[in-house]
Amino acid sequence: MSVTKRKAHEDAMTYVIIGNGVASIGAIEGIRRHDQKGKIVVIGAEDSAAYGRPLISYLLAGKIGANQLALRGDDYYVKNNVELKLGTTVTKIDTAKKAVTTDKGDTVAYGRLLIATGGIPFIPPIPGVQGEDIYSFTTLAHAQTLIELSSKIKRAVVIGGGLIGLKAAESLHDRGVAVTIVELAPRILSAGFDEKAGALASNRLKKVGIEVNCGVTAKEIQRDKKGRVKGVLLTDGRFLETDVVVVAIGVVPHSAIAKDAGIKVERGIMVDAKLMTNAKDVYAAGDVAQAMDQLSGEHRVVPIWPNAYNQGYASGRNMAGAKEPYQGGLPMNSISFYGLPTISVGVVNPPEGDKNFEVHALLDEAKETYRKLVFRDEKLVGYVLVGDIDKAGMFTAFIKFEMALAGEAKDKLINAGPEVFLWPEKLFDETWNPAPAKAAR
Amino acid sequence: MKRVYPDKDYCIGCHICELACLTAHSKSKDLILAYTVERGSEGLTSCKHVHERGPTCVALSCRHCDEPACVAACISGALQKDSESGRTTYDREKCVGCWSCLMACPFGAIARHPLENKIVKCDLCADRPGGPACVAACPNQALKQEER
Repeated sequence: MSVTKRKAHEDAMTYVIIGNGVASIGAIEGIRRHDQKGKIVVIGAEDSAAYGRPLISYLLAGKIGANQLALRGDDYYVKNNVELKLGTTVTKIDTAKKAVTTDKGDTVAYGRLLIATGGIPFIPPIPGVQGEDIYSFTTLAHAQTLIELSSKIKRAVVIGGGLIGLKAAESLHDRGVAVTIVELAPRILSAGFDEKAGALASNRLKKVGIEVNCGVTAKEIQRDKKGRVKGVLLTDGRFLETDVVVVAIGVVPHSAIAKDAGIKVERGIMVDAKLMTNAKDVYAAGDVAQAMDQLSGEHRVVPIWPNAYNQGYASGRNMAGAKEPYQGGLPMNSISFYGLPTISVGVVNPPEGDKNFEVHALLDEAKETYRKLVFRDEKLVGYVLVGDIDKAGMFTAFIKFEMALAGEAKDKLINAGPEVFLWPEKLFDETWNPAPAKAAR
Repeated sequence: MKRVYPDKDYCIGCHICELACLTAHSKSKDLILAYTVERGSEGLTSCKHVHERGPTCVALSCRHCDEPACVAACISGALQKDSESGRTTYDREKCVGCWSCLMACPFGAIARHPLENKIVKCDLCADRPGGPACVAACPNQALKQEER
């Protein structure tokens, strides 16, 4: 083979992954399950190897050190034959030439490309939001900035009572900062929780001294003559004095380079069952992708950790030619507030008055426990657990495997909890004690 | 890889596998000390759990899935798939106790440690020369470790 021919052959075999988060790790592992040889190039904008992004709240809280953040071992990239280009941003994708250009001026040719650029913090157009003393909390760099800052400030306002906002609030509180949370919705964690679960979590936060304000948001961030933040004026007229504001409304897909390349983007980058975009050999996964959701059958952006890994993995194995479709995402969150564990999976807030859904909820305020089960068409489609979470996975099974629950089985699930003997015989046998040829899965 | 397969037609619900698991993962490696002392002082917990309904019972633990949901959900990298051994491995030091794995594993094979923010999960007795203690202890061969 001539040198140019060999180069062309190598390029055609090269997997390029833009982004170095958990979707990227999933992709490496999905590729390597089917292709041990093909070269993988990972281009990441951040400086560090893939880290547990949700761990930044543990870092900010001082519960773990920076040396505990890496998602995989030191030899991981070498062992998997992955070339890492860190601190490097892709500026352009050329789907015709099958190459990407970086801000360092390099051109990297690909055979298969994965866009796993994740999300970027959404900053709402509040007057005064541009300028000093405004922070986000989605990257290691953000956490390091806030750690440095925490010894110099007394008060912080966190805008947004979702997962990121609450974790930022808790961690800053642990660093001795007086924190106030402001949430537009009538409860915290409005996406994954209902009123009762939200109230339990919010009571726990209030108990330790974090102020929680729901049903209001920031109308204006006011600044002094030097441009430093003075405080936040709320929609109900109150004024909260503060040194800094953490904006944690959520993340939006970081899809600009895909859009520029003519790749179809709705809310996120649209992908098919193989996680491929409308451009041949270009795939997308994780918080940037709009992929199939198992329960609704619709394409949605669901920026959660397990979906990102699973989409990365599914895209990886399909890039490597395995032709195994993505099974669809399932919204799920597990998070603890000062020792109060909470888990929510699937559809937890069915549309009000929709007769297709049946809800069974059980609250014990004294014990701080809550259990909510949501059924649709005699199947479990969602649940919330607060306090007593030990059977979570067994509940997840009924949703994930879409097990039909007729009469008695459903009563048992509601009254006695999930149990493996409620599974259909066939699923049980295939899962736990399969005939030898069917074992591997 | 060789996995442990439970057969409910043979399980007699004696819980000896649970005790064998306790002992194998104890400091003392002594059944009585493991049960009477370490369960309380160390929060020693069996990875194996016997499920019962009427006369039917079966002993379940981590399946060491080829594509584990717990690894996908793990935010710290404590749970990983070892491509060489096939095991789903758990690094206790890395674990922050977020319970994502416990939520994601549809086989209910992950438990919370009773005293610490850590999990308890079958390691297939990786350090035990004779292989999984539960398999060795089962009096009715209801647990088999096999390549299937």
